[in-house]
Amino acid sequence: MTAQAVPGTASQAVPGTVPGTVPETVPETVPPPWPQTRPGPAPEPAPRARPMTPAPYRVRSRRPDRADTVTLSLEPVRGRCAPALPGQFTMLYAAGVGEVPMSVSGRTRHGGYVHTVRAVGAVSEALCAKRPGEIIGVRGPFGTAWDLAAAEGLDVVVAAGGLGIAPLRPLVRELLRRRSGYGRISVIMGTRTPATLVYARELAHWREYGLDVQVTVDHPDPADAGWTGPVGLVTRLIDRVVFQPRSTFAYVCGPEPMMRATAAELTRRGVAPERVELSIERNMKCGIGWCGHCQLGPLMLCLDGPVVNYGRVAHLLAVREL
Amino acid sequence: MDAVVIRSLDPLIGELRSRGYTVVGPVSRDEVIRMSEIDAESDLPAGLTDEQAPGRYRLGPAGDGMFFGFAASPDSAKRFTQPPSRTLFRMHGETVEEPEEPAPKVALLGIRACDLAALAVQDRVFLGGRHPDPGYRRRRENLFLVAVNCAVPGGTCFCVSMGTGPRATSGYDLALTELAGPHRFVAEAGGERGAEILRLLPHDPATEADLHAAREVSRCAAEHMGRSVDTDGIKERVASAPESPQWQEVASRCLTCANCTMVCPTCFCTTVEDFTDLGDGTAGRTERWDSCFTLGFTEVGGAPVRGSGAARYRQWLTHKFSTWFDQFGTSGCIGCGRCITWCPVGIDVTEELAKLR
Repeated sequence: MTAQAVPGTASQAVPGTVPGTVPETVPETVPPPWPQTRPGPAPEPAPRARPMTPAPYRVRSRRPDRADTVTLSLEPVRGRCAPALPGQFTMLYAAGVGEVPMSVSGRTRHGGYVHTVRAVGAVSEALCAKRPGEIIGVRGPFGTAWDLAAAEGLDVVVAAGGLGIAPLRPLVRELLRRRSGYGRISVIMGTRTPATLVYARELAHWREYGLDVQVTVDHPDPADAGWTGPVGLVTRLIDRVVFQPRSTFAYVCGPEPMMRATAAELTRRGVAPERVELSIERNMKCGIGWCGHCQLGPLMLCLDGPVVNYGRVAHLLAVREL
Repeated sequence: MDAVVIRSLDPLIGELRSRGYTVVGPVSRDEVIRMSEIDAESDLPAGLTDEQAPGRYRLGPAGDGMFFGFAASPDSAKRFTQPPSRTLFRMHGETVEEPEEPAPKVALLGIRACDLAALAVQDRVFLGGRHPDPGYRRRRENLFLVAVNCAVPGGTCFCVSMGTGPRATSGYDLALTELAGPHRFVAEAGGERGAEILRLLPHDPATEADLHAAREVSRCAAEHMGRSVDTDGIKERVASAPESPQWQEVASRCLTCANCTMVCPTCFCTTVEDFTDLGDGTAGRTERWDSCFTLGFTEVGGAPVRGSGAARYRQWLTHKFSTWFDQFGTSGCIGCGRCITWCPVGIDVTEELAKLR
């Protein structure tokens, strides 16, 4: 573990830069802001296919994040992939095994998609096992995006539980790209143990850019005596970051109990429910409103989500087994 | 084109067949009415009627020679617009193949007003949104719809409550009203496609008496609905009842067998299945009908969201009568009563709605 949260400290500034602004010259190790603006002619449209037919993508790179999680860079075999907004998802297909919705975590330098996949079932296991050069089917991107405009001029709290950071990563990069348009930006993140933290390097870079990044763990790994940060639920980090509740916008993604607790705590402190967005997960067979599996009350989360406004869904999340 | 009277359906069946349509109509098979290919009107279940009640369907003699003296059968047009199973694609390495979408030219003879309304509901699902289904569109366009106005509603029918019947008012190519003494049909065209065929058939102009008799058939049918639903404020009423103890009560009877969703003409949910050819490793996907009554229908992280039967029944009923409006701007129920008839334990959705008050 190279990067860990130092409890209670303000974010570190990159030497020679003003804290809270994105430096003009991006250090070599920092990937370009997301999404990348591409020079040159407009992308050629991908070959027309039926909505349920995936396009073949090739695994360009595969980076294990931890024991059960890998980050894959995928690039289309033919044509270019459609632009994805922060928060949107694609349907990833492992031939012969199945297809699952997966948040887009970024774009590659060559215009592909970056996905961080955790092996939790047959399909995600098959996806995690894909090596560079192998084929994955991709449809999308689909769904709603984080509302970046709604947070302009406000303080921003980004709260992630575990791999909930995956769809938030492109959001944070976009916030950094438009840094001057927002007030204080804090990233609070909970993870099971220090060893299950993903994007550790990225979190360190965000600190370098002046974001207040705080990490808590459920259980400090007894084998890892190096953890000196907070222990407990991510909601406890709300106390550790500075924001003006009445002028704050929050983006939250993680397990549903974590999102409910975080949204409830933020609104208890005065953040308007309409200024909290969540990204809700359900299984999907189509991603396009045909299969019916991802319904949450009136919502079809493939079309009306995954990003939803807490003010509009709080009453739905309160119903058991909905 | 004005309404006309035709004496036999054989010229119509012949004309449709000559235009390349497979004519599908009601036939008596295995003691139920099924929708199946027919060659002539003699294939129709003349003189048969059905008795429908919660969990009960019996086909028997009606003592008349009428061809369409029965109500909704377990089959609906859904089978033709949304096949129970279809192959979506095959993939081998980076090569993706899309098999031809099945879109046969089918003339449905005897479709009822409720099922025409169901097609309009399905159209909104598969054509009205951001991602229209080109396969559905082709199948839909290749349907020729010959409606028959209901004369004998079933004991579980409630189309009048849902505003969808018993008289077909739109969405058909031809609409027939079957009359006795003498046996004949008042035929109306719903558009140029129907009128073009109607002009070619042997026919007589419909007299005022014929038209009056046809209207009487629909009026009489409307008065004999087996069930009714108070639809006033139904969307809000159902939406406001997620914690009603009624869900637990119905769940104590519901087998979560999914029969209601399989016979429902608007239920559209599907799942997919993956296969791999053991010979060359080609993978493929099949889409098939699914049901919100199955345990793993909605999951988070592999765990079922609606573990209880109560939650699954609530999902189904709430979707039909409330959240369907949010999603598609209409009711998901068209009042055909199939879910009541084919429920093995006779759960009556109209009763459940009344108890939610």
